[in-house]
Amino acid sequence: MSTATAAPTASDLIKNASKRPWTKGRIATHAFLATLTALWMVPMVYAVMASLRDYQYTAKNGYLSFGGWTFANYLHAWDVGDFSRKFLNSAIITIPAVILTLFLASMVAFVIARFNWTFNIVMLAAFTAGNLLPPQSLLIPVFKMFQKFEVPFWLSESGTLLNSYWGVIAVNVGFQVGFCTFVLSNYMKALPKEIYESAMVDGASIWQQFWKLTLPLCRPSLAALATLEVTWIYNEFFWATVLLQNGDMFPVTSSLTNLSGSFFTDNNLVAAGSVIVALPTIIIYFLLQKHFVSGLTLGATKG
Amino acid sequence: MRLSTRDRVTVALMVLIPTAFAAVLVWLPALATIVMSFFDWDGFGPFTEAKFVGSKWYSDAVTIYPAFWPAIQHNVIWLIVLFGVATPLGLLVAVLLDREVSHTRFYQTALYIPVVLSMALIGFVWQLMFSRDQGLLNLLFGTQIDWYGDPKINIWSALIATSWRHMGYVMLLYLAGLKGVDPSLKEAAKIDGASEPKTFFHVVFPVMFPINVVVLVITFIDSLRAFDLVWVINRGRNGLELLATEVTRNIVGEAQRIGFGSALATIMLVFSTIFIIIYLRIVLKEDR
Repeated sequence: MSTATAAPTASDLIKNASKRPWTKGRIATHAFLATLTALWMVPMVYAVMASLRDYQYTAKNGYLSFGGWTFANYLHAWDVGDFSRKFLNSAIITIPAVILTLFLASMVAFVIARFNWTFNIVMLAAFTAGNLLPPQSLLIPVFKMFQKFEVPFWLSESGTLLNSYWGVIAVNVGFQVGFCTFVLSNYMKALPKEIYESAMVDGASIWQQFWKLTLPLCRPSLAALATLEVTWIYNEFFWATVLLQNGDMFPVTSSLTNLSGSFFTDNNLVAAGSVIVALPTIIIYFLLQKHFVSGLTLGATKG
Repeated sequence: MRLSTRDRVTVALMVLIPTAFAAVLVWLPALATIVMSFFDWDGFGPFTEAKFVGSKWYSDAVTIYPAFWPAIQHNVIWLIVLFGVATPLGLLVAVLLDREVSHTRFYQTALYIPVVLSMALIGFVWQLMFSRDQGLLNLLFGTQIDWYGDPKINIWSALIATSWRHMGYVMLLYLAGLKGVDPSLKEAAKIDGASEPKTFFHVVFPVMFPINVVVLVITFIDSLRAFDLVWVINRGRNGLELLATEVTRNIVGEAQRIGFGSALATIMLVFSTIFIIIYLRIVLKEDR
C-alpha cells in the first residue's frame, strides 16, 4: 500500500505539531489558556488550602498567611455534617436508580433499534424530551401523587412515597431514562442486523437476543452512561430536597443547604465539607475520564 | 418478520414498563400541572371538588405577586450572561485548545473539573470566595461587601459561580464538535487564501450547526431551570428570586398554593417546550 506510506498518519501530524516553532501566536494562546486555567482553579485550590488550616491560626493571622496546618477540620466536618449517614443515603438512592435507569433504557432502546416501526421516532422523542423538562414544573403533581400513594410501612417509614427513598429513586429514573434511551438506541442501531438473523435461525427468543447478544455488545456505552449517571444522580439536589422532608434522610448533595447553617461561622469547616462532598465525583472523573467525556458527547453529538 | 406469541409479549413489556415510568412521572404530571393551573384546589379534598377559576392565577402572578417580575428579570439576566459571556468563552477556549493540538491536556482537565460538581456544591464552595467576613475576595480587595447577601449584587455573584461551571461544559461540547469537522474543509479555505478567523466564522462554525443548536438549547433550558445554586445560598429570596424557586416555595413552603404554583410552573413548561421542540427537530433529524 504505497499510499499509506506516503500520506502522513495522524500520529505524525501530532508529532510535527509539537515540534512546531513557538511563534508569538502560540505563546499568546498558551498565556491566555494558562491564565484562565489558573483563575479557574482558584476556588478549588483555595478550598483545599483552607480546609487544611487551623481555624484559630487563620483567624489570628489571616488566610494569606502560611502555617497552622491540620487535618482536624475534616474529622470535625465529618462529624458535624453527619457524613457517614449522608453518604449511605446517597448510595441508597444512587445505586438502585442507576441500575434501574440503565435496565429500563436499554430495553426501550433495544426495541427502537431492533424493529423499524414508525412510532419509534415518537417514542424516542417523548423519552428524550422528558429529560429536558424543568423538574420544578412537575413538582406539584408528583408531590401530591406521592403524598397520596400509600406503601407498606416496612417499605417506607412515612407510609407514603413522599418522604421515602423509593419516591426519590423512581423520579430520578423517570427523568434519566430518556437520555440513556437516546444514547443507547443510537449505539444499538450501529450494530449489524445480521447477528439477529443468525440468532433467530438458532431459535433464540427476543429476550435472549437482548440479554445475551445486544447487552454484552453495548458494554462500552453502558460503562460511559453508568459513569455519567452515578455523577448526575449523586449531584441531584432538587427532588431529594423537596421529596424527603426529614433531614436525616437527605443524601450528601441535598444536605448542603443545612450544612451552610451549621458551618456558617467557620470557613475552614465549609472548605473541608466542600472537599468531602466533591471528592467522589472528582475521583470518578479522574479514574474514568474517558467514559465520562464519551458519555456526554455521545448524547450531545450523536457520536 | 414473524414473532412468536411469547416474543410479542416480551417486546410489549420491554416497551410498556419503561414507558409507564416516564408517563407516570414525567408526562402525566406535566399535563396535570397545566390543568391544575386553572383550578382552585386546597390539595386535600378530592380534585373533583376544585373550583374552575380560569386564568385568575395567571393574572394574579403578573399583577399582584411581588416576586414574579423580579424572578422573570433574574431568569432573563441569567440567560443573557450564560449566552453572552460563558458560552462564547467556552467556544473560544475550545477553538484554542483544538488548534494547539499539543500541551493542552492539563488545561482541558482543569477547566472541566467544575462540571462534575453539583450546582449546590458550587454555591457552597463559592461561599469561600464571597463570604463577607472571611471570603477571599474581600480579603484581597480589602472590602466589606456581602457578595451573597446584598440584594443588588448577589445575582451577579451567583452568575459568576454558575458561569464557572457552564464554560467548561460548553468547551467540552465544542471540542467534540470541532473534532468532527472535516479537516479538508479548513485546508480548502486555507488554499483559497482565507484568514484563520474568516475560515472559522464562514466554514467551521456553520458546519457545526447541530452542536450550536445543542449548546443553545442547553443554555436556554439551564437558565430556565436554574435552582440549586440559589436555593443553597438563601432559598431564592432577597435578590435571588427565580421562577423555579417561586414554584417550589408555593408547594413546600409555609403555605401550599397549588393553583398559583401550577400557573408559574406552566409558564416554565411553555418556555421549555419551545426549546425542546427545536432540540428534537435537530437531534432526531437523521432518524427520519
